[in-house]
Amino acid sequence: MKSAVVVFPGANCDRDCAVAIERSTGSKAEMVWHAETALPEGLDLIVLPGGFSYGDYLRCGAMAAQSPVMREVAAAAERGVAVVGICNGFQVLCEAGMLPGALLRNAALKYVCKPIALEITNGQTRFTAAYGDRRDAVMTIGNGEGNFFADEATLDRLEGEGQVVFRYQENPNGSARDIAGIVNAKGNVLGLMPHPDRAFQTELGSADGALVFQSVAASV
Amino acid sequence: MRAKVEVFLKPGVLDVQGKAIEGALHGLGFDDVAEVRVGKTIAFELGDEHPDRAEDRVRAMCERLLANMVIEGYRVSLEPA
Repeated sequence: MKSAVVVFPGANCDRDCAVAIERSTGSKAEMVWHAETALPEGLDLIVLPGGFSYGDYLRCGAMAAQSPVMREVAAAAERGVAVVGICNGFQVLCEAGMLPGALLRNAALKYVCKPIALEITNGQTRFTAAYGDRRDAVMTIGNGEGNFFADEATLDRLEGEGQVVFRYQENPNGSARDIAGIVNAKGNVLGLMPHPDRAFQTELGSADGALVFQSVAASV
Repeated sequence: MRAKVEVFLKPGVLDVQGKAIEGALHGLGFDDVAEVRVGKTIAFELGDEHPDRAEDRVRAMCERLLANMVIEGYRVSLEPA
């Protein structure tokens, strides 16, 4: 599998993502600076990491969504390349219009950082196939603005089309319908607030996140 | 031309900062305060052009970047520099 991690100024999980991909799938990820106007050839997976790109100026993910590399990421997604946005990366995908909805300030106004139990609501996606019959996973969340919002019609559509991939077993931030992660209609762009990059080996408390990267690797 | 853009969360989108401020104002004895909304103001200068065209351009800026239309609304005001 050929993968790349986009590096935005202010991101702080880019290296974690690269290590997680390598340890989970055995293949090394390339780091791509946000100002690049071309991506490496033949990518199978692009990861937008967590952190505080551009200091969360204007809105979380808003500035990163305008960076030159995002035009290439959107074009790659159009071609069917798998794209995963984790935490701030999820916010970037929403701001870029590659996923519906938006992430609001957490309902309790608190930054929440803890391992959290998830329900895998759709195990048939190219990001969750490796979970097999398992319907639960544990990953760490770390966010202050992870409260997923979309209008009712959009939420109904997401649920109806199987685009809700991960749900919180106990809602930590007020997210609509307990949503923790969604895919686009085509099924090749995933955004999630929990960090698979912080859960790729048991020493980290959970290895459940590795299955996200392994699912993608198995799909190419 | 000077432009001022105010961005607020849409009605119906929970403004948790507004709620917290409302609670604090009640705590100070301003009991009648209700519906507190927190927004931001973005001010900038534009070249000289017809106000109608300036307004169209500023609206385009709002819809493409300054506001997230999923959750926010905006108000534009223009004045001569």
